[in-house]
Amino acid sequence: MSENSPITKASVDAVVSDALKLISEAKDLTSLKSIRAAAVGEGSGIAALSASLGKLPGDQKAEAGKLITAARAELNQAFSSTEEKFYKQEQAQKLAAETVDVTAAATTQVLGARHPLSLLQDEIADVFVGMGWEIAEGPEVESEWFNFDALNFDADHPARAMQDTFFVEPVEAHLVLRTHTSPVQVRSMLERELPVYVLCPGRVFRTDELDATHTPVFHQVEGLAVDKGLTMADLKGTLEHFARIMFGPDAKIRLRPSFFPFTEPSAELDVWHPGAKGGARWVEWGGCGMVNANVLRAAGIDPEVYSGFAFGMGIERTLMFRNDVKDMHDMVEADVRFSKQFGMVL
Amino acid sequence: MRVPLSWLNEYVELPKGSTADSVMAELVKVGLEEEGSHSFSLVGPIVVGQVLEFVEEEQSNGKTIRWCQVRVAPAGANAADGGEDVRGIVCGARNFEINDKVVVTLPGAVLPGDFKIAARSTYGHVSDGMIASSRELGISDDHEGILRLSTIGLDPEVGTDALELLHLADEAAEVNVTPDRGYCFSIRGIAREFSHATGAKFTDPIDLVTPVKADGFALKISDAAPIRGKVGSTKFVVRSASNVNAQAQTPAWMVSRLKLAGMRSISIVVDITNYVMLELGQPIHAYDASKVAGGLVVRRANPGESLVTLDGQTRALHTEDLVIGDDSGAIGIAGVMGGQSTEVSSTTTSVLIESANFDGVSIARSARRHKLPSEASKRFERGVDPKVAEYAAARVVQLLEEFAGATPDSLGSYFDETPAIAAVSLPETFAASITGVEYTQAEIVDTLTAIGCLVATVQGGYEVIPPSWRPDLNDKADLVEEIARITGYDRIPSRLPVAPPGRGLTKRQKLRRAVINQLAGTGHVEVLNYPFLTSAQNSYFAGSDVPRVTLANAMQEDVNELRLSMLPGLLDAAKRNVSRTLTNLALYEVGLVFAPAKQTEVSLPSGVKLPSEAELAALHESVPHQPVTLGAVFVGDRVSAQVAKKSIKASYLDAIQSARTAAHAVGVEVYLEQVVVQGFHPGRTAAIKVVGSDDFVGYAGELHPELAAENDLPRQVGILELNLEVLFANAPEIVQAQAVYTHPAATQDLSLVLKQDVPAGDVLNLLRTAAGELLEEITLVDDYRGSSLAEDEKSLTFALRFRASDRTLTQVEATEARDAAVSAANAKFGATIRT
Repeated sequence: MSENSPITKASVDAVVSDALKLISEAKDLTSLKSIRAAAVGEGSGIAALSASLGKLPGDQKAEAGKLITAARAELNQAFSSTEEKFYKQEQAQKLAAETVDVTAAATTQVLGARHPLSLLQDEIADVFVGMGWEIAEGPEVESEWFNFDALNFDADHPARAMQDTFFVEPVEAHLVLRTHTSPVQVRSMLERELPVYVLCPGRVFRTDELDATHTPVFHQVEGLAVDKGLTMADLKGTLEHFARIMFGPDAKIRLRPSFFPFTEPSAELDVWHPGAKGGARWVEWGGCGMVNANVLRAAGIDPEVYSGFAFGMGIERTLMFRNDVKDMHDMVEADVRFSKQFGMVL
Repeated sequence: MRVPLSWLNEYVELPKGSTADSVMAELVKVGLEEEGSHSFSLVGPIVVGQVLEFVEEEQSNGKTIRWCQVRVAPAGANAADGGEDVRGIVCGARNFEINDKVVVTLPGAVLPGDFKIAARSTYGHVSDGMIASSRELGISDDHEGILRLSTIGLDPEVGTDALELLHLADEAAEVNVTPDRGYCFSIRGIAREFSHATGAKFTDPIDLVTPVKADGFALKISDAAPIRGKVGSTKFVVRSASNVNAQAQTPAWMVSRLKLAGMRSISIVVDITNYVMLELGQPIHAYDASKVAGGLVVRRANPGESLVTLDGQTRALHTEDLVIGDDSGAIGIAGVMGGQSTEVSSTTTSVLIESANFDGVSIARSARRHKLPSEASKRFERGVDPKVAEYAAARVVQLLEEFAGATPDSLGSYFDETPAIAAVSLPETFAASITGVEYTQAEIVDTLTAIGCLVATVQGGYEVIPPSWRPDLNDKADLVEEIARITGYDRIPSRLPVAPPGRGLTKRQKLRRAVINQLAGTGHVEVLNYPFLTSAQNSYFAGSDVPRVTLANAMQEDVNELRLSMLPGLLDAAKRNVSRTLTNLALYEVGLVFAPAKQTEVSLPSGVKLPSEAELAALHESVPHQPVTLGAVFVGDRVSAQVAKKSIKASYLDAIQSARTAAHAVGVEVYLEQVVVQGFHPGRTAAIKVVGSDDFVGYAGELHPELAAENDLPRQVGILELNLEVLFANAPEIVQAQAVYTHPAATQDLSLVLKQDVPAGDVLNLLRTAAGELLEEITLVDDYRGSSLAEDEKSLTFALRFRASDRTLTQVEATEARDAAVSAANAKFGATIRT
């Protein structure tokens, strides 16, 4: 029997108790770090006991080793949990210090807006692109031939005077501000392979004074289909589909006899607008008809083989009754408040 | 066309209780769009009264009124308003006498303008009603005091309902007549259409008169220069009447109908000619026979000839004008306006009646040339039924006889070379192939017959002769419209056609959308301005000698140019917003600008066949160049002052940033060059060019402060204008991906000392090239000027990031690359490394 080992439960407990006291006295991470060596590091009581382990006789080593290992584990655990506690505290303080009034957040990127007339043209174009149609464009200053002659407006026909046309100087150049987007239809027929299914959105011009419902510069969208075997039934079907996408599944259309030089038969188009402000009702929407044989001839298309239909409507008018815009002035005066209420959607 | 219902009802049976609205609702089904209703807006009790006595009383205001006792119901009976049979009424007019029968509006009556009649105290009496003038009743603009019924030939019982008596309870439906349906500018035409719409029985008014082919009056049709091969007149009927009492009163019913139809009553002769025109659609001209020298001749005007028209204007005639002449010269522009020298007056006793058919094109041109659109020219332009001329003349004579005491005269003339109406072939299945409706043979034949066609069934279809009043029916498609319209468009089925597979939006359309969306997404507000500018506005950014596209008929005389630039319109828009206290603005617009075409003369090919290649090329050549252009303006604060944020004033920086944003949206990188250009701030303007192609896209910078002041804008305004066509042309067809290298990068900062006038952008471009392939990115981070440098020097600091594709770069390699760039900068700009 040898002498009593210096590493006893009591001595270890005493060392542990001292170290725990040290740890418990730490006030924050910094002070905890500063006692690290004294409590659990090289200068600690447990380290000193550890060092004496080697001097013990072999039969005591195992027991003493166990005691020390357990003590170390206890101290390490105490130290790291305290460390974590202080870390969390400090983080919480830091975050608290970083708190701002988010409800006062400044705008770092100014918000812009599309003009609703331009948005609506895109939206309509997308409807037709989805049906396999293509979008065609043309010049705003246009030759009279494309704007009138090719569309069966005879030079002396009263229908030519019916359109209040802006003429460009000199008159020998026979240029006008296009009165409708129909010249684009003529250009499309001349340029494209048959069959043609095109939609022509764009700006048009008539000499109307600006008032609540008129403007000399406005926008139209016209559709043209030329194919074999097209009838007014196809026109009606296309318009019905279009109306439902624009105004909801309950929308429907109605045709009334009318006259346009470039279509025969011709019709006025009314749409049943289920979402109309003040209740569902019929609204005049545009004009349409079967392409006049003379128009096909002017574009070099044989009317005995092909037939076509065309339709057109005003974008301003559509926006007015679709989105309850009450005054044309709002659409032309470039007041930023008007566009901003739409932003990027209609 | 305004249609008084009582008149319409004479030729087609209107359902009982018809109103203007109900009539229009029927007419719209056959293509006559409703325009509105018209009435005299009178509410009774309005009755015939008799002035029993009156006392004249002078008032303090100098006016003399009459205090009248007026019988408004037979003695002892109740008046129409339930009151006394004799009323005390104050009257300001003095044009009547005791026992005159007049129109009395009793308490409870309402006159136009919601003028309610009530017993009211005035001039010391209680006036129990009002004695009405023609003007107050809305019959005429007569200022001659109250209406005395005897002057219009009436002597009704006291108490008679005056609304019935004067036909003032009638109303008119107004419908829009499209240019192809000239015959609907008549009661006859509208009655026919109403019959088509409802099935009601139609009576053709011409069946109620008997035409007389009078002769003996000298008439010559001598058109030496027909327009487009058409003789000016193919039918000309002259009738005459004598013993005309030109001062006879027009009957009340006729005045009422004319008024409702939108025409003023003028005199019995003029009223009758207008009445017949409205009824039958045939314009009529009446001459004072005693003022016509010799016979009539229809001819083109002679060079230098002139004419004083009915409105007192002297008109210089064009040799294309079709005129009616007598031995004295031209006495009228055919179908447009008569001459003053042969005008019917109150002393006229014999009249010549002209009922003719004139070529529409000729009349249209004359009406336009002399700016004289008239009721007559409107009808001739659209086509008048040639068959109706002699009936209309007979109807005029009949009415003159009845209401002006005239004696019909056997003198007259009758010329008729109306061309025969060509038959139109309608193949059996054609209507179905256009409408998608399988009409039966009976439907086709019945419909066409109903609208007045002669239809013969032939092998494979029909031969159709349209009626004389439908010059618009020339083609089988025209007949299909009639069939579809009369049987109803609601018969047409619905079928969605399948287009061939589409290609979606074109590349250009996608790019354009990308720019517009990107700008809206980065704090710009899209606007759409008119493209009309004054010459001065158009000269803001272009020399006044730069040619422009000019309008011949601008709405405002001085705003007659089309924009060369998007900017003046945007400045206008900015100004308008600022005036509404919307002072922080970033506005943009994508639209067309206009440069005149080189070729300014072109002859238009025919519109009914494909033009030749050369003709089409000339047409394309004649159309001005119209590039899609982006403009933007920045006013006020780009970022406004907020919590923890200082405001940032809009400037050239925003303009340049937006140029970069727009270019980025279409996959193009741009660089800047310092420039001085008109309209821009001379020290704050950049030319925008495409990296790689060096193509010029536009300018970004600040507005010249003088222009800012001129447009009531703050001194510092950012402006940008880019030719999007150039950006689109430089957009990559397809983006070729580069590998993303992952070896560590080496970064270097570089400060160079340079003369102040060396543009930083040039240095940056040079460094980028000279640093070689290893350079991944270079950014200018600082421009320092100050005490440690010479007065004319500056120090530019760049941050460079190098990376190799295949290895970790050493600082030595990075430094070598940097030094290569530095020596290039030294060689070109004299740059030295700042120590």
